Amino acid sequence: MLKSRTFLKKTRAGGVMKIVREHYLRDDIGCGASGCAACGSAHEGPVLEPQPLDRVSSLCPQPHYLLPDTNVLLHQIDVLEDPAIRNVIVLQTVLQEVRNRSAPVYKRIRDVTNNQEKHFYTFTNEHHRETYVEQLQGETSNDRNDRAIRVAAKWYNEHLKKMSAENQLRVIFITNDRKNKEKAIEEGIPAFTCEEYVKSLTANPELIDRLACLSEEGNEIDSGKIIFSEHLPLSKLQQGIKSGAYLQGTFRASRENYLEATVWVHGDTEDNKELKTAVSEKMLKPTGRVVGIIRRNWRPYCGMLSKSDIKESRRHLFTPADKRIPRIRIETRQASTLEGQRIIVAIDGWPRNSRYPNGHFVKNLGEVGDKETETEVLLLEHDVPHQPFSQAVLSLLPKMPWSITEKDMKNREDLRHLCVCSVDPPGCTDIDDALHCRELENGNLEVGVHIADVSYFIRPGNALDQESARRGTTVYLCEKRIDMVPELLSSNLCSLRSNVDRLAFSCIWEMNHNAEILKTRFTKSVINSKASLTYAEAQMRIDSATMNDSITTSLRGLNKLAKILKKGRIENGALTLSSPEVRFHMDSETHDPIDLQTKELRETNSMVEEFMLLANISVAKKIHEEFPEHALLRKHPAPPPSNYEILVKAAKSKNLEIKTDTAKALADSLDRADSLTFPYLNTLLRILATRCMMQAVYFCSGMDTDFHHYGLASPIYTHFTSPIRRYADIIVHRLLAVAVGADCTYPELTDKHKLAEVCKNLNFRHKMAQYAQRASVAFHTQLFFKSKGIVSEEAYILFVRKNALVVLIPKYGLEGTVFFEEKDKPKPRLTYDDEIPSLKIEDTVFHIFDKVKVKIMLDSSNLQHQKIRMSLVEPQIPGISVPTDTSNMDISEPETKKKKLQK
Amino acid sequence: MAGLELLSDQGYRVDGRRAGELRKIQARMGVFAQADGSAYIEQGNTKALAVVYGPHEIRGSRARALPDRALVNCQYSSATFSTGERKRRPHGDRKSCEMGLQLRQTFEAAVLTQLHPRSQIDIYVQVLQADGGTYAACVNAATLAVLDAGIPMRDFVCACSAGFVDGTALADLSHVEEAAGGPQLALALLPSSGQIALLEMDARLHEDQLEQVLEAATQAARDVHTLLDRVVRQHVQEASILLGD
Repeated sequence: MLKSRTFLKKTRAGGVMKIVREHYLRDDIGCGASGCAACGSAHEGPVLEPQPLDRVSSLCPQPHYLLPDTNVLLHQIDVLEDPAIRNVIVLQTVLQEVRNRSAPVYKRIRDVTNNQEKHFYTFTNEHHRETYVEQLQGETSNDRNDRAIRVAAKWYNEHLKKMSAENQLRVIFITNDRKNKEKAIEEGIPAFTCEEYVKSLTANPELIDRLACLSEEGNEIDSGKIIFSEHLPLSKLQQGIKSGAYLQGTFRASRENYLEATVWVHGDTEDNKELKTAVSEKMLKPTGRVVGIIRRNWRPYCGMLSKSDIKESRRHLFTPADKRIPRIRIETRQASTLEGQRIIVAIDGWPRNSRYPNGHFVKNLGEVGDKETETEVLLLEHDVPHQPFSQAVLSLLPKMPWSITEKDMKNREDLRHLCVCSVDPPGCTDIDDALHCRELENGNLEVGVHIADVSYFIRPGNALDQESARRGTTVYLCEKRIDMVPELLSSNLCSLRSNVDRLAFSCIWEMNHNAEILKTRFTKSVINSKASLTYAEAQMRIDSATMNDSITTSLRGLNKLAKILKKGRIENGALTLSSPEVRFHMDSETHDPIDLQTKELRETNSMVEEFMLLANISVAKKIHEEFPEHALLRKHPAPPPSNYEILVKAAKSKNLEIKTDTAKALADSLDRADSLTFPYLNTLLRILATRCMMQAVYFCSGMDTDFHHYGLASPIYTHFTSPIRRYADIIVHRLLAVAVGADCTYPELTDKHKLAEVCKNLNFRHKMAQYAQRASVAFHTQLFFKSKGIVSEEAYILFVRKNALVVLIPKYGLEGTVFFEEKDKPKPRLTYDDEIPSLKIEDTVFHIFDKVKVKIMLDSSNLQHQKIRMSLVEPQIPGISVPTDTSNMDISEPETKKKKLQK
Repeated sequence: MAGLELLSDQGYRVDGRRAGELRKIQARMGVFAQADGSAYIEQGNTKALAVVYGPHEIRGSRARALPDRALVNCQYSSATFSTGERKRRPHGDRKSCEMGLQLRQTFEAAVLTQLHPRSQIDIYVQVLQADGGTYAACVNAATLAVLDAGIPMRDFVCACSAGFVDGTALADLSHVEEAAGGPQLALALLPSSGQIALLEMDARLHEDQLEQVLEAATQAARDVHTLLDRVVRQHVQEASILLGD
């Protein structure tokens, strides 16, 4: 069964080293075709269909399998992913080459191979006795691989002939390399280029659009003038990086201005310092030039088609929704149907004599401006996984009707007798926390926080766990929720609804009446919530003098303790910051926003929050004590002092002093910063302070030394209280369960590198979810103003820029920019003062926090990027501010776009 | 660049083996006439030579003699040309000493030392080419050499290494697989009784996975036993033909 063959390999490791490796050739590797008698006993099950007749090709009318080479796989993966393409043989040689050249394509091809309906078979040709090819003297490894692919194709054709003579099953070799194709035909292998083959599929004309255009003629339109200077070859780049002549870094285009970008240079800070001193001292940042690209970060992009002016033309430009991405030239025959639709396009390449990159059409999402489509675009652009849960995931859910069995009660306390209730915003279906409070016989109070026991349903390592880990968080958009776990769990089995038995993870404290913790206890439990209240209902119960039932007394006890806890926390230096939050009132029929409302904060909000914080801190301490190396914690680094500059300057202009040495000093000075004449000032300062903060992040305790949470002024913190909507909490639940002996550990849990990877993904997902939420709010704000028309509102100046003012409209919680320079209008006199932050326009001076009046309207001149435009109404500056009565102005008229002529 | 894929989706390892398969084993007994027992083994590209002297009187200080059993003395060395980069010292470094100790432990457990009190058994092992699993090759070669010398043993000692990649246990690691840095387990087994003469692992592995790896190593050691047994039988047959029986 085993045939051994050794081959020699030279590698460079200081000097020349001879490496001898064994290479076993086997005779038990099957061809993958079902019904093949010769390979019937082979290890793998048959994957390819015996009669692949679903594809009708005019080039090859017989049933056939496809065998693509490496370049086809790399560049035409979009075509191969199409459901019409099935029964494909992927050679190991090809797969290895793809793996070395492009990780994303490799991942995609693996996904396709795992999809049973696609009938993709990976043939391990390098270890097959009859298809192994040895490198000849003077042959490059590329040539060897090409030969290996041809040999395998030939073997397949002969092998299949043996299997059934009358059936005439054939294997077609797909290659875009002309020489390779010629050689293959010489050897008697039917070979076509990818383009030829796809065009011959008469039943699937839409596939042609998905072809990546790599052929030379794609660039014809350009005169051949070289626009971009050539990049250095990779070998030179690597040399340069090693010798220090070049620096390697990550390119990040600015989200606000596509012409601006920063490069984060990898490596130690020493290098950067040297670079900084080398450039002239006036520049704050060193500047450089891109000499080469080591790895591109292309992905499919959403956007719209800008149809070519020539009617018959098949080449069109595509404008991505992401402004940082240039327009992409694509070839399609269905331009007229795709016009006005949101589509997805992938980039294939960027010739150096072309202004635009070349790409190909991938998918049509739907009509532009349509709420469904726009939401889809928003999710895709922010990389939020939102596909419905797969069958594999759903199969792991418990069967309904579900009930708690005797077995579940092991390691679990029965707390059903306790008077537990939950307090949440109205309309909340994923209730993950509930509270109780009762007086003990010794006069102390027992407070319990009960969190849904999601880790009971999501077992480590299975498909459900992997999917939730990938999603990382539930994303709340304005009218939609993208669940992290399937709905059966999030809204039913895990949701701590009233009057049903639910599994929970409880954190129970014994406290005295001064809210000092005497004892902390964690246990898995079963609870039966007595009521699910909204914040308003809970507040009403606390305030009402007549109600005295057990729920109400429990709530009052909690409220009393929460106040003490909050006071203590603030004394410790916790910050209370503010951000304008708005909620949309939706029309129940059309789901269009009809009104905006800023979120109201009640005492009960902070009551729940206080106990959640306390639970999180208690749990963080416990898991860190038990797992010093692999606890999942959350930290909030202190911002560098330079971040506060803007806040201090702004306050100074209002004769207030803000101290930023410590969190405590900041909190205190924010509390003191009050103005009798200007009550909203304090809120504005807090909003500004929020902008100075750093991002809070998850991390693994074994990989970091600084655990401090700046905003909460806590030495240690984690997330424990929302396992239904955050994956971090599930990990914390598992850690805690192991710590209290309620569950057993598993390998990945105690591997700090794996945990650090999980943290990295969670931080990314959380950031993206936040961006998606903001984008969703922005989109709904646009819808709102579309229906509302033009309005004038009072606003406060939040920032002063060189050519604009950033204003906040408290009524809508809306932030916008008022520009003073427009393309076709004469420029006003602008004087910007960096010291005070102020902007002088003609003769009027604007400071931060000044009250102004602005006009808000929807600018839909660019269909893809509709935006809210603001212009100044008060104070009036002749020639700049607009008159209050603007109803007769026509703003929906699209701007005539300048058409650029091709040279 | 993507690193080496140790186990493909189709279940093949870098050199074309499946997870539980051994490398090709070839062995010969009685390679030297002068020694009491000797053997040579090839496990893939790992090649080892073992020579056994004894049991004989204690050499050197008599104080080392044990009153109730024989002293097992093991020495391990590795040829300077055995690895890709030429080694400076063939023996006497820490690694060789440790390997010698491990071999001694293994054979003290297997050889019936109480039959030869106050005497000494010398086992010398040299690795001629190293390509992963040197300990296993040494033990297997030494077993054959001890058998060749006719020293009574409880059982064969069969050794094999095993590793763990992507949730699958791999048997008989090659150098490439060892160099990847995953957990690696060395097992010396007395196959008929199933007793373990030596078990060593020097990386972190979760206890849930240990059983799986141990199972793979045990199975591989049993496979080694089948092969060694065949070698011994053939050798005895040849010897008896020469004797003219």
